[in-house]
Amino acid sequence: MKKLLVLIGLLSAIFTISTQAQTTLKIVTYDSFYISDEVIAQFEADNDVVVEILRLADTGVMVNESALTSGNPLGDVMYGVDNTFLSRAFENDLFVPYESPALADVPEEFQLDTEEFRVTPVQYGDVCLNFDTEFFTSETAPQSLLDLVDPAFEGQLVVQNPASSSPGLAFLLATIAVFGEQGDYTYLDFWSDLADNGVLAVAGWSEAYYGEFSGASEGDYPLVVSYATSPLAEVFYNELDPENPPTGAIVADETCFRQIEFMGVLRGTQNEELAQKFIDFALSTPFQEDIPLNMWVLPVNSTAELPDLYADYATMPENPLTLDYTLIEEKRDEWLQAWAETVLR
Amino acid sequence: MSRLFGGARVLYIVPIAFLGIFFLYPLLAIFDRSLRPDGVWQLDGFITVITNSYYRDTVWFTLWQAIISTALILGLAIPSAFVFTRYQFPFKSALLALATLPFVLPTVVVATAFRALLDENGILNEVAMSLFALDRAPIQLERTLALIFIAHVFYNYPLVLRMLYGYWANQSGRIEEAARLLGVSGWRLWIEIRLPVLRPMIWASGLLVFIFTFTSFGVILILGGLRYATLEVEIYNQAMNLFNLPMAGVLSLLQIVMLIMALNLYTRLQRNIVVVNLQGQGAVARNPRGWGERFAVISVICMMTILLFAPLLALVMQSLTDKNGFTIRFFADLGEVGRGSVFNVPPLEAVKNSVIFAGITTVCAVTLGVLLASLLYISKKNRLLGWLDTLVMLPLATSAVTLGFGFIIGFSTPPIAWRSEWWLIPISHTLVALPFVVRSVLPALRAIPKQIHEAGMVLGVGRWGRWYRLELPLISKGILVGATFAFTVSLGEFGASLFLVRNDIPTISIVIFRFLGRAGTYGQALAMSVILLIVSAIAFLVLERLRARGVGEF
Repeated sequence: MKKLLVLIGLLSAIFTISTQAQTTLKIVTYDSFYISDEVIAQFEADNDVVVEILRLADTGVMVNESALTSGNPLGDVMYGVDNTFLSRAFENDLFVPYESPALADVPEEFQLDTEEFRVTPVQYGDVCLNFDTEFFTSETAPQSLLDLVDPAFEGQLVVQNPASSSPGLAFLLATIAVFGEQGDYTYLDFWSDLADNGVLAVAGWSEAYYGEFSGASEGDYPLVVSYATSPLAEVFYNELDPENPPTGAIVADETCFRQIEFMGVLRGTQNEELAQKFIDFALSTPFQEDIPLNMWVLPVNSTAELPDLYADYATMPENPLTLDYTLIEEKRDEWLQAWAETVLR
Repeated sequence: MSRLFGGARVLYIVPIAFLGIFFLYPLLAIFDRSLRPDGVWQLDGFITVITNSYYRDTVWFTLWQAIISTALILGLAIPSAFVFTRYQFPFKSALLALATLPFVLPTVVVATAFRALLDENGILNEVAMSLFALDRAPIQLERTLALIFIAHVFYNYPLVLRMLYGYWANQSGRIEEAARLLGVSGWRLWIEIRLPVLRPMIWASGLLVFIFTFTSFGVILILGGLRYATLEVEIYNQAMNLFNLPMAGVLSLLQIVMLIMALNLYTRLQRNIVVVNLQGQGAVARNPRGWGERFAVISVICMMTILLFAPLLALVMQSLTDKNGFTIRFFADLGEVGRGSVFNVPPLEAVKNSVIFAGITTVCAVTLGVLLASLLYISKKNRLLGWLDTLVMLPLATSAVTLGFGFIIGFSTPPIAWRSEWWLIPISHTLVALPFVVRSVLPALRAIPKQIHEAGMVLGVGRWGRWYRLELPLISKGILVGATFAFTVSLGEFGASLFLVRNDIPTISIVIFRFLGRAGTYGQALAMSVILLIVSAIAFLVLERLRARGVGEF
């Protein structure tokens, strides 16, 4: 009997120790969040914490469901809200401010909330046109958005519905940034010409890239809206010669739209201090250098070194387009409707 | 209620509580949040829907495409089910089991398989062009309504076929023989004998298909080329893009109300069931005789091959080909891509997770579904329970976004802070799978002749004994069909669970979704889809065997 009691005592002691010592830090993110296991393990060991990754289907689901639970959050840190959804996150008061000392290594162009520090930039990427290298060279591919309405490129471009696709929305925003809403030739005039020139609009990135784009599937369209890094991913996953990639990215001025992704400490967290530590950690070089080959976006920390594949072969836009994030949220509905009326008719 | 037996009555509380907690409660929570923010009702959305022609068109399109799809599917599946019931032919049960495969595939993958077949330079066009020496591709279906209908048939035909066959296979042919003796033949045989006998299951399966196509999402978005929108698509747009919860709530409610109306119509049509003597299926089916019957069997097999198996085969071939021809590297790569990162999921682990989820879903859905079906069966005159019948179907009629948001809001505060629990995923699958089980089992239960119960009572068999030895064998085919679809729904589910919080328990469909979401991993997505097909095929064949062993010839 005594033995049994001792055993029970021991077991319960182990149980309490294991539950007490192991605080869990929950990272709320989208499904395509990937970071090497070792990197996360390092943070867990340093802080005696278990990191749990809570995934939601995409950025839209993540922000909306966080808005529904504002103040009683799904986790402690949100990872990956981008400038197209930032305003919605702010309107719903999702974050408690935190100014990370690690921001010192982050260029100002990525810091969009320097007054309140509700969010901290972590990575960025550019939505750019991609072309099939069997069809075009970088010289014969279109060099500007306006080229796309040239009859020479008739029936060659596939885009995504901005209402159901994040790169689709970014490309629409790029056209708004270039052509504007007023004047002789507005973004809607451009889209109307693009429609006359046989642009194909499909639901999402996968349908466009894997369904219609000739560079990545058996599709018939040699031009697609994708990311500046997509050609690198093609080479990497298919173990191809990076000198002869199957696809290329067009990175000329006024063609690409920049998406900056942010992290924030979720308001209502019980682990504010740990959440702040995670944000610092995500800006540190071990984490930042792990980003490019896992998520195919770039680190914001300027001291992070890029992998060889990027350093040698990446073509990145020098002057990507951008729009004020408050404007995006304010006019999203109007733009989406106008787009649908012009392109889908 | 006389047949409600003693202590077992408690059991019936379980499925009702399940629906109350995991369906009604979250649904009310999200409606309360979206239609009554800050305690004030916001119903101007209803006026917008009525006055704005865009919404009226959407509602109208949703309705008519669902009606046409359902009619097409029934029109193809009823004659096929007849052939399956009446004739014995080689590989019959394998064919039937494999016919369920389309159900598990994600729409993006199906779309590419269709493209490989039906595209301008697809296989069918090339064959047709060389056969008939045409210089233009005869099949031009890309982004047309026709393609939407074909896809709806592809997904739903197997469902109706299996439900009808499961119901028909044990019905004795004696009525038909008697009718023939009386001189009834040809079309009159169908109209006066066969269809009336089948009617309960035609309505039951037709109802499921109607709800399915009414709430169609991926097929419309991906194959319809953005020109078409159903209510489900519009709810998603309002909720996700515009975060306009009042409008999403109004549309969601409208969708549910329209489907409740359809359900009421169904309940009316369901009355007056023709009860037919039951026999072992060996006594019902025989080898086809004569050219007419052989032709019927061959044409059904051909149709299934072209409609169901050709796209699947195209998919398998694509997964084994890259730019340089034949390759198995996409399969070999499955565990390698993204090594060291959480992106990397060994395929076996994904298969294991999927099978566990699907197993839990099947057990839950079959248990709850059989209980619900028996409850509905013994109490058809009770009005309150009539509503229960409607309630069972509603998870299918509820937009995935709405239910997903409901879970997030409803289960956020202790003691029911369950919103990030892993088991909510099989629970959400169970909600979607329940209607299949109930709809396959209930008509079978109702078709059991009274005499069987009476004979059992006369012989002194107790209530449990009668259930186990008489009812269970007679409804086992229905249970099998329900279980198969519960399993399938869970394996392929891309709806509600997309809006749930997921811990790192990657399933096959999640892995496909991930591969499809990045550049350079399309072949791997196809390879994983083929694995999904193989896992499903094995599961179907195992289920088929289980039944064969468990309950004899029925």
